[in-house]
Amino acid sequence: MPKKVVHYINQFFAGIGGEDKADYKPEIRAGIVGPGLALKAALGNEYEVVATVICGDNYFGSNIDKGVVPELLEMIKKYQPEGFVAGPAFNAGRYGVACGTIAKAVQDELKIPAVTGMYTENPGVDMFKKDIYIIQTKDSSADMRHAMPKLAALLKKQMAGQEVLGPKEEGYIEKGIRVNYFNERRGSERAVDLLVAKIKGEPIYTDYPLPVVDKVSPAPALKDLAHARIALVTSGGIVPQGNPDHIESSSASKWGKYSIAGMDHADKKDFMTVHGGYDRAFITEDPDLCIPVDVLRDLEKKGFIGKLMDYFITTTGTGTATNSAKRFAEEFVPILKKDQVDAVLLVST
Amino acid sequence: MKLELGKIHIHDVQFGEKTKIENGVLYVNAKELEAEVLKDDRLAGCHIEVARPGESVRITPVKDVIEPRLKVEGPGCVFPGIMGKVTEVGKGVTYCMDGACVVTVGKIVGFQEGVIDMSGVAADYCPFSKTQNVCVVMEPKEGLETHVYEAAGRMAGLTAATYLAKALKGMTPDETITYETKPLLEQVAQYPDLPRVGYIHMLQSQGLLHDTYYYGVDAKQIVPTIMYPTEIFDGAIVSGNCVAPCDKVTTYHHEHNPVIEDLFKKHGKTLNFVGVVLTNENVFLMDKERHSDMVAKLCEYMGLEGALLTEEGYGNPDTDLMMNCRKVTQHGTKVVIITDEFPGRDGKSYSLADLTPEADTMISCGNGNIVLHFPAMDKIIGTQEAIEMQIGGWVGCKHEDGSFDAEIQIIIASTIANGFNHLCARQY
Repeated sequence: MPKKVVHYINQFFAGIGGEDKADYKPEIRAGIVGPGLALKAALGNEYEVVATVICGDNYFGSNIDKGVVPELLEMIKKYQPEGFVAGPAFNAGRYGVACGTIAKAVQDELKIPAVTGMYTENPGVDMFKKDIYIIQTKDSSADMRHAMPKLAALLKKQMAGQEVLGPKEEGYIEKGIRVNYFNERRGSERAVDLLVAKIKGEPIYTDYPLPVVDKVSPAPALKDLAHARIALVTSGGIVPQGNPDHIESSSASKWGKYSIAGMDHADKKDFMTVHGGYDRAFITEDPDLCIPVDVLRDLEKKGFIGKLMDYFITTTGTGTATNSAKRFAEEFVPILKKDQVDAVLLVST
Repeated sequence: MKLELGKIHIHDVQFGEKTKIENGVLYVNAKELEAEVLKDDRLAGCHIEVARPGESVRITPVKDVIEPRLKVEGPGCVFPGIMGKVTEVGKGVTYCMDGACVVTVGKIVGFQEGVIDMSGVAADYCPFSKTQNVCVVMEPKEGLETHVYEAAGRMAGLTAATYLAKALKGMTPDETITYETKPLLEQVAQYPDLPRVGYIHMLQSQGLLHDTYYYGVDAKQIVPTIMYPTEIFDGAIVSGNCVAPCDKVTTYHHEHNPVIEDLFKKHGKTLNFVGVVLTNENVFLMDKERHSDMVAKLCEYMGLEGALLTEEGYGNPDTDLMMNCRKVTQHGTKVVIITDEFPGRDGKSYSLADLTPEADTMISCGNGNIVLHFPAMDKIIGTQEAIEMQIGGWVGCKHEDGSFDAEIQIIIASTIANGFNHLCARQY
């Protein structure tokens, strides 16, 4: 039995039409359509393109929040594929975004390998390169005969459970994912040679290319502190005694929201710290050192600040991935907004 | 300053009537060693266990690892200012128990003590899975304050190493390596055509379990200074910390600093290794600013054309790392950083907590967040009871059969950020 693959293409590659047909509604057809021929050839006899899903690029774009993805997934699921190919989209922007979106959804929801292909400047690249394999193509469909064998080869490798090598070996666009391996030489030895090369002005090399860092500008200053609602947010790992939500000592995967209602300070009988990155002795004795409830209550009483919120938000900062930190904020900021918090006191450790 | 390291190779460790080395086997009189460690009245109990490569043995929670060394000729003692009077070290002859280590084990002080597996998949990541280990398992007195317990544990390891090192007396080394660094002006003149290179060694100094000692001085209290490289081989620097287990620079790793070893290998060939700048990683911004200024000044003053730069720990010290890199580069010394990475289990986040455009040449020691399955072992030296709370573990990571899942940062020195290992991360 050949292994089943489903292919996603847009209205243009399906031969339905160009811009005028970009509102074409989702449809699935048994067998190959258009570039499916090249895919079939590249996959070989042990694989079969059982169906082709077609969707107009504009329809996809304007229905992305209105259920087009689940609709397509339902269609695809019926064919019980073991692998999925979208595109390639070359430099077509809307098509690229559609290919990336559906490939990621198939990979996440149907738990099968998915591959697509794009030109490096396709906007779909930056949106999806971390999540799915995107074979690097040229900017037009003239590159189809070169691109499709690479898509097929990478898909087959994944379907067979073989190790996927680096972007250069496989032809995909660098995902920006850090993967471990054992180098032939130890790090210090490589560093010494690199330093000599750098001093001599020879070509330099880095194991870790500098990423573009997501900088957040500080919010404007508060105009009226005396009426401001203030919340405490900390990465210092303060939790209620017993750590009820099991927040990790390092590399946290979650955050917590805990009550300080009616407390005039943070007492050690109520709170502890699980943070694994600093000397816990002092905060264990006095949690106010990390969440200064005592001082803030005092300021509240004196009318220096309007109100201290009845809860604080907490996680462990040490070893915690920046993407996890970003997700935590995306989860708790709406709560702060809903509660009309004007400012937070961010306490790090 | 010239130092000869005489290495006596050890390929097995056994208990014996008398502590001695015979035909590459280290025999340990456990009772005598226990008594030596228990002279410290902060400890209620101590027992000795041995662990050899390939055995189904797990050691945890590990605090420090030390190679026994003995000063044979020249001034001072190994671990000066701690195990003896403060006297300058780094010259003469020192014998090393090559291949054998003291490992200190005992109930958790913080969450920062790690794991050594003597076999299985985790052993590939740990340098001490390949050494003959004499484990000092300690029991602190009840109610011992954490800072005091940490100090007692640190001293127990150094005491045990000093005791075992006596067995090196009168031995004939299997291998001898000579290291020499001349006074700055002479050293510069010796190889005028080779680039002048130094090493900026950042010592962990953030607090409890995050301290390092230089000639017995807490590194928090130092300002950046210059050191002859050979001083480190005589134990001038001692670890008092467990940062995260994976990038803890154990006392063993100070004795075997790979950057210094590898700079010496190329000394007089492709470069002129003129010296080490020691600095720290204090938590206050004022200290960070002052000390990175001073590091840059010292590099300029020494006329360094290039410097290797390493840190211990991650997160907060990344700031010191980048400030040093930026200022040293701006003062005209080219910098290569060696670091480990924490981009998350999926490898998709930023690897470091801080970055600077000058950090354009970085050597990676691997992603510490990668999750590994640690199989059950026949024997546990110490206790597994705190695994879920140790760095790299999580509640629910432990299985009934004694196996567990954890990030490789739970393994002692798995991603040690001075390039000791071969582990590396690349971009996919």
